[in-house]
Amino acid sequence: MTFRYLPMTEQDKKEMLSAIGVDSVDELFSDIPEKVRFKGRLNIKEAKSEPALMKELSQLANKNINLKTHASFLGAGVYDHYIPSIVDHVISRSEFYTAYTPYQPEISQGELQAIFEFQTMICELTGMDVANSSMYDGGTALAEAAMLACGQTRRKTILISEAVHPEYREVVKTYARGQRHQVVEIPLNNGVTSTEQLKELMSNDVAAVIIQYPNFFGRIEPLKDFAAIAHEYKSLFVVSCNPVALGILTPPGNLGADIVTGDAQPFGIPTSFGGPHCGFFAVSKKLMRKIPGRLVGQTVDEDGRRGFVLTLQAREQHIRREKATSNICSNQALNALAASVAMSALGKKGIREMAVKNVQKANYAKKQFKEKGFDIVYDGPIFNEFVLKVDKPISQLSQHLLEKGFIAGYDLGKLDEKLHGHMLVCVTEVRTKEEIDQFVEEVGAYHAK
Amino acid sequence: MQNKQMPLIFEISKEGRIGYSLPEMDVPEEQIETLIPEEYIRTEEAGLPEVSELDIMRHYTGLSKRNHGVDSGFYPLGSCTMKYNPKINEDVARLPGFAHVHPLQDESTVQGSLELMYDLMESLKEITGMDEVTLQPAAGAHGEWTGLMMIRAFHEANGDYQRTKVIVPDSAHGTNPASATVAGFETITVKSDENGLVDIEDLKRVVGPDTAALMLTNPNTLGLFEKHILEMAEIVHNAGGKLYYDGANLNAIMSKVRPGDMGFDVVHLNLHKTFTGPHGGGGPGSGPVGVKKDLIPFLPVPVLVKQGNQYAFDYDRPQTIGRIKPFYGNFGINVRAYTYIRTMGPDGLKEVTEDAVLNANYLMRRLAPYYDLPYDTHCKHEFVLSGRKQKKLGVRTLDIAKRLLDFGFHPPTIYFPLNVEEAMMIEPTETESKETLDAFIDTMVQIAREAEETPEVVQEAPHTTVVKRLDETQAARKPVLRYEKEA
Repeated sequence: MTFRYLPMTEQDKKEMLSAIGVDSVDELFSDIPEKVRFKGRLNIKEAKSEPALMKELSQLANKNINLKTHASFLGAGVYDHYIPSIVDHVISRSEFYTAYTPYQPEISQGELQAIFEFQTMICELTGMDVANSSMYDGGTALAEAAMLACGQTRRKTILISEAVHPEYREVVKTYARGQRHQVVEIPLNNGVTSTEQLKELMSNDVAAVIIQYPNFFGRIEPLKDFAAIAHEYKSLFVVSCNPVALGILTPPGNLGADIVTGDAQPFGIPTSFGGPHCGFFAVSKKLMRKIPGRLVGQTVDEDGRRGFVLTLQAREQHIRREKATSNICSNQALNALAASVAMSALGKKGIREMAVKNVQKANYAKKQFKEKGFDIVYDGPIFNEFVLKVDKPISQLSQHLLEKGFIAGYDLGKLDEKLHGHMLVCVTEVRTKEEIDQFVEEVGAYHAK
Repeated sequence: MQNKQMPLIFEISKEGRIGYSLPEMDVPEEQIETLIPEEYIRTEEAGLPEVSELDIMRHYTGLSKRNHGVDSGFYPLGSCTMKYNPKINEDVARLPGFAHVHPLQDESTVQGSLELMYDLMESLKEITGMDEVTLQPAAGAHGEWTGLMMIRAFHEANGDYQRTKVIVPDSAHGTNPASATVAGFETITVKSDENGLVDIEDLKRVVGPDTAALMLTNPNTLGLFEKHILEMAEIVHNAGGKLYYDGANLNAIMSKVRPGDMGFDVVHLNLHKTFTGPHGGGGPGSGPVGVKKDLIPFLPVPVLVKQGNQYAFDYDRPQTIGRIKPFYGNFGINVRAYTYIRTMGPDGLKEVTEDAVLNANYLMRRLAPYYDLPYDTHCKHEFVLSGRKQKKLGVRTLDIAKRLLDFGFHPPTIYFPLNVEEAMMIEPTETESKETLDAFIDTMVQIAREAEETPEVVQEAPHTTVVKRLDETQAARKPVLRYEKEA
């Protein structure tokens, strides 16, 4: 059998073997001890032609319900947003997607400049001084922020709000266990982090105070208050945020954040069943040399022309080995490129307009539910999510909504028994008034049953 | 490539231009101040560029022309496995049923995704000879850390809290010791012998009751198969340690030998290398981890299981190391890898390995008369040359790498592994034709000649790229890490 990705002909093989001075390919594997050689044939599915495989995998994909066939009110950390068509056209340029990390700057100026621009955009949005070239996702970016804080302050306690995404909290705990730090959760007060409880938990062993903005329940946390408390104890203030919200919300950098992380998925990156997305990581200047991951810097070439290189590499694993600030090497460069293209398309005006549309549409939906007599739990200022109390099992409601063409919000009962019958509803700019009205109608009709 | 200077996208920004088309505002609008507390409303706009759609397309097309990818030309970057990235993979990953699925949808609505993941796990188990696989790690380094965290959990579950040390060879990738540190271990180095393999006597010396694991790449970073692997496994296992396989280099062994059969307890794979996930200019990757039976209880949650004809996530794992990533891994990359495995099948993957090894040995033998070959034995998928012959002529390996740029080739990995002077680590991969290899050989021969006859041509290279060598010292001393508008 021959394969379209394998160009070697029988004639090539003969010539190459003779140049090497062996009779068969098998001789090249003679250093593998006889005892451990794999002698069978791998028990995996047989090869398929391109058309047959495409057909099979299309059918497999069609088994999934997706955001193109159903109107989604599901968020909880991953969002259905407007993706400008241009994004996929840019990231499909194979000079970008078939390149490795830009270790040879002379032939990687395109990628390096694109990352430099990404770093700038993240700084602009977050109000921070320095941003890196990307992390795996918002959750691991936050975990790395917590580790950085422990390293920087030489302290071992991480305080994290209970209104931080539950999966992010779990990831932070796993990373903390790795380095033998402890994680303590800050309780809530009506859906936002309790300042009183935070004050009680503060001590001189607290490395970081972590708040999500807007928080997991959609609420806008009063960052300023937390920053003051954290800094009183010389702890670092870490904010995990939704970057789209920063189109309208005061950036964490202006409110005292030392480290800002998050996921750029809302900018041009499909939900893709949870990954690949695009973590980002921004810090104040004093933490510049502690930031994990790759950084692109501007410099000049021998002729004085502007150019870009990977820089401050003394922080990184391939130089520092066991003393590196993190073990990250591969990041999410192509997704950072997608986010850059989406942010460029939105621009100064569009980012604000998009953020405002989220606020308006989510608040409209909230109001419609209230008018129908529903309780909004944790009510207060929100970005694009709110908690709806339904008093019926959410799983059954979700099934009903699915039949009506909707993907329901997140069932909060999965996290906390106290929140059975509560649904985290997300309304982004892509939901139309008609969809919102119908959704409210269907939830109301089901509830009345 | 074009030579023109490229402006930053911020420098072509013009007030009033837009490049977007947001959905209509079709709900009644309220005053924003009534919805958000005033001190949390942004007063200064984020300085994003204001550009039209064509501006954006031209900008990024311009940038792409200043970038070299596998589709642009040969990319023999050792240890990175820069093989062709099949286009069907891209099409499959973009199917709406895969690309536009939300991770928190009800499991009954995502059975297609789960089936694909499960079948990929089954394939990877078979290819590696392991008992269970998790697809969650986002990249190789993330997989290393995950695997080491599981080893630590295993030892701690046995009350072996004193196993705090991870052994790595001196030829190991920098990520290995870095991952060990992040997983709470100390690193000990084991020396290589004169054949470039792990020094068995030194290994015996460093193992002990404090050994948690030995991390090994096999074939190692010199491209050599650690032929004493069974003996090494025995030494480590007898001391109560675990054997960790850095599977970045699976391209050399598929269908030939399996980590599980060599005695490895944990293996991570880089699906963005052997299994054709594109590198994307640095990521995203995917770094699944395979384990033997006794480590299964420690797998990160959730674990994908099959119940009858249905697939489900199991969170009830009392001994789990916990969650290592939100959701379920880089699904989109896993789709690409799965598509590739299904395209190649068992015979295809075997041929991949054979052709990769044949290509590497051919290149090695053809280049050996011109460049120093420190370890003169059959290599696997890659090999390491030394530029010390040329260094005596005043031409460094860095210069050779830069000179290759003038001929449209991406250079090999240079100055790695650390135990070879002026190292050039070359990995051609199986998707390159003999004609391409021959053209590369001719160029390398020419550069070797230039080093003798006109060394300045090499020393001053590159001559044809959009920029010349860049001042990295200035970049690090006076870091400029973002654009700032001139006042």
